This record gives sequence, C-alpha cells and structure tokens, in this order.
Amino acid sequence: MRFIKHALKTWLLWELVKGLALTMRYFFKKSITVEYPEERTPLSPRFRGLHALRRYESGEERCIACKLCEVICPALAIVIESEERDDGSRRTTRYDIDMTKCIYCGLCQEACPVDAIVETQHFEYASETREALYYTKDMLLEVGEQYEAQIAANIKADAPYR
Amino acid sequence: MGWLDMAITAGIWALEILAIAVPVALTVAYTTYIERRVIGIMQIRKGCNRVGPFGLLQPLADGLKLFLKETIIPTNANKLLFIAAPVMALVPALVAFAVVPFGETQLFGIWDEAHVMAVAHLNVGLLYVLAIGSLSIYGVLMAGWASNSKYALIGAVRATCQMISYEISMGFALVCVLMLAGSMDLAKIVDAQAGGFWHWYIIPLFPMFLVYFISGCAESNRTPFDLVEGEAEIVAGHIVEYSGMWFATFSLAEYGAMILISLLTCILFLGGWHAPIEALDFIPGTVWLLLKAAFFIFVFIWFRATFPRYRYDQMMRLGWKIFLPWTLGWVAVLGICTYAGELNHSLQFLSDMIGFYQPWRS
Repeated sequence: MRFIKHALKTWLLWELVKGLALTMRYFFKKSITVEYPEERTPLSPRFRGLHALRRYESGEERCIACKLCEVICPALAIVIESEERDDGSRRTTRYDIDMTKCIYCGLCQEACPVDAIVETQHFEYASETREALYYTKDMLLEVGEQYEAQIAANIKADAPYR
Repeated sequence: MGWLDMAITAGIWALEILAIAVPVALTVAYTTYIERRVIGIMQIRKGCNRVGPFGLLQPLADGLKLFLKETIIPTNANKLLFIAAPVMALVPALVAFAVVPFGETQLFGIWDEAHVMAVAHLNVGLLYVLAIGSLSIYGVLMAGWASNSKYALIGAVRATCQMISYEISMGFALVCVLMLAGSMDLAKIVDAQAGGFWHWYIIPLFPMFLVYFISGCAESNRTPFDLVEGEAEIVAGHIVEYSGMWFATFSLAEYGAMILISLLTCILFLGGWHAPIEALDFIPGTVWLLLKAAFFIFVFIWFRATFPRYRYDQMMRLGWKIFLPWTLGWVAVLGICTYAGELNHSLQFLSDMIGFYQPWRS
C-alpha cells in the first residue's frame, strides 16, 4: 500500500505540483514591498540617525563640555575642546563628530547628563564627499534647531521606559 | 528567372526574416522583464517597476547598459573562438524559428488557398528543429573552452553532457508525435490536431508532453536544470568570462531557446494555432498559438520561482534512467497499439482508439 502511494506520488510529480501550487498562491498575495522614496516605514522614537546638539528654550547651549560622550564613544568619532566663557561657565569651543567613524550606537546620547547630544530620526544625509560628513559644532547645532520639535517629542515618548 | 524576380524574392525573404527576428528579439527582451516581475510577485515583492510606467522600459535600459559596457577578453583566451561562441549560441536559437509555423493565412482573402505562415515551410521541419537545436551546444562548448577558465570549462562540459542526454529523450518524445501525425511537417502535425482540444496530442501523449517540456527546460539550461550556471559552485559556468554585449548575446540565446521550446510544445502537443473548441475559431489562429506559447513561457518562469536546482547526478539519473526508458516504452506502446488490430481482431479497439489521433491511417 505504501509502495503504491509512493509510486503514485512519484509518477504524478505530486511534490512538484504542490510546490507550484504554493508559488501560485503567493502570486496572488499582496506584495509587502515598501517603495522607499515614496513610502516609508515608521521609525521608533529610539531611532539613531544623525546627531544633533540641543539648546535650552532660552537659547543657551545645553552642552557643558563634560566630555562624557567623547570618553564613551567606542569609535572615537567625537572631538571636544572647551574653554571658560566670559560669564565663568565651561563651554565647548569645538564639538566635532566624524560621521564616517560613528557607528550610531547611541552611547553619547546615553552618557549625556543634560540631553545635549541626541540622535535624530533623520538618516538621509548621504554626501558625495567625506568632508561633508565631518560635522562641526555649528552644523550639529543647526541640525538641533531644525529637528527640535521631533527630538523633544521622541524624548517624551521614550521617557516612561527610562 | 530574371534578375528582378530574384531581387524581389530576396527582398521578400529578407522581410520575412525580419518579421520573425525582430518580434523574437523584442519578446526576448520583454520575457526578461516579465520574468523579473513574475518572480518578484511570487516572492511578494514588486519586481522592476522604476524605469518607465510599470518598469516597462527596463529591458531597453538593460540593453543599453549592456551594449555600452566594455567587452573584456581574458588575456589567455582564444580570441577568435571567444567572440565566435556567443554568435554560435545565438544563431541556432534564431535560425530554428525559420520553420516554426505561426498559423495559416489567406492574406485577407487575397490568396485562394491558405498558406502556412513560416519563413521556410519545410516538409522535415521537425528534423530541422532537432538538428538546429543540437547545434546550440557548440556555442556553449566553445565559450567554455575559449575562456581558458576552469569554471567556464566545467560549466561547458556540464552543459554539453546535459544537452546531449536530454536531446535523446526529447527526440523519442518527438518520435511519438511523428507516429501519431505521420509527418515531419510542423504544419501537418498541427493540422492533424485540428477540431477541438480532444484531438490534441497532449491527451494520448501526456507523459511525452511532460518529458518534452522538462527536457526543454534542460535543453535551454533553465531552472531546475541550470546547474550549468550553478552560481554557488562554478560562478556562472560558460558565461563567467563574458561581459557587456557578448554576455547579452548568451542570454538572448537562452531566452530565444525558451520561447522556441514554448512554441514547439504548443505546436506538437497543444494543437498549434487551433482553438480549443471550434466555436472559438473567430479568434485568429496566430493569437491562439501565441497565447498558448505565452502560457508556457509563464510556466518556465513559474518553475524558476519554485524549484531548487538539481544535483548533477540527479539530473543525469532523470535523463537516462527515467525519461529514456519512459519515452522508449511509450514508442513501443504506441507502435503496438497502432498495429494491434492487424495482429489480433480482439485488440482492434486499441487500434481504433489510437487511430482517432492518426489521420494518416484513414
């Protein structure tokens, strides 16, 4: 009996037909492609994209040049120099992130005691030169200004889990 | 015959050849597009849909890209054979289309009797197709040898072995068709299947139809028999050293062979240009033939989306130990059935049954 069953399966190409039926079923399924430039997948509030330096609402820079981010950065992508400002507070004179070195681990963001350096959800900043990926303090502050609303919303959304 | 007549005849031939070759080339181009789309959809992706509406200009973009690319000839390659190989692969694939009958026409009533729409209406069309089909091996073998690369050579040897093996069972499957139709003329074979789908040879010859189509996959080196190209072990087989235009020529040959096999399957087993029921005859025969062929091209692509590649020994086993005995056996069965009535009167019913498909006996 088993022999007959096996022979029938072989000669009727049963397994091949089953395979073909499977692909045919998938033929009529809806495609799951997200056509990227026009459509986008949702991003998590924890998404780690381009870095930004934030300011307080008063316009004062958040960064206090504690250099915790520079220390923790595993890729040594951050370079900070600091000086005493006229009002006696310590501020950065230089805050550079080399995006070609950065591995987007988010440790700088974790280390920062004042939420100054954060990673935004912005990830489309490819450039044609390496130099353009060397972000200076001014550029990072500008990114921060541009995305402040988004950054604030994301920090708020993630706050309950911290 | 004067010079003018000869010139006119030559001109008409040239037109006929163009009328076949240009659509074939276009079909090949769009088969690559359809293949990518269909496989994409079967993998719940989209496939190419960026160039032009629905990606319809993709084949043109691909063609342009390939033709603008540099032709790299390996230093130690045999230059003459290296260049000749793709041509040798493409020519048989295109030349075989010369005898394919695309239908019968009276040219809108201008001619009194129907003429077969083929460049060359040979009375041994089937033999011609088989002979030309075997020639395509030379292209592959030359490519493999001329490249002076081990992968190319292994691929070419595999391809040769595979094509020779499957040619035999393919030939015997065609012998079965011959025994029913009683003619090597492709148009006569189609005519023998006139009058509704119950006259089609797929019914008495269903196993042979399967053998023919699967051998066709093996002949044109398509999945699941594309271990000739086996990316994992021999990179791309005989085409590993080719680039640009010559590479495109090889895929042109492969897809051309695929279209040819589809057309021949329809002509030999599915009644060619005849409608499945006579009530549908108002649709022109050529449309029917092309529709059926399109279905088989789809099946080729469907196979590719479904089946993994055969192992080499499995493929040889299928060709020699399964297809060959089956086809031989079926030839014997058909022969015995045909003449059973003359041997013994009680077996007349067998002859009658098979005689239904044999117009040459009545």
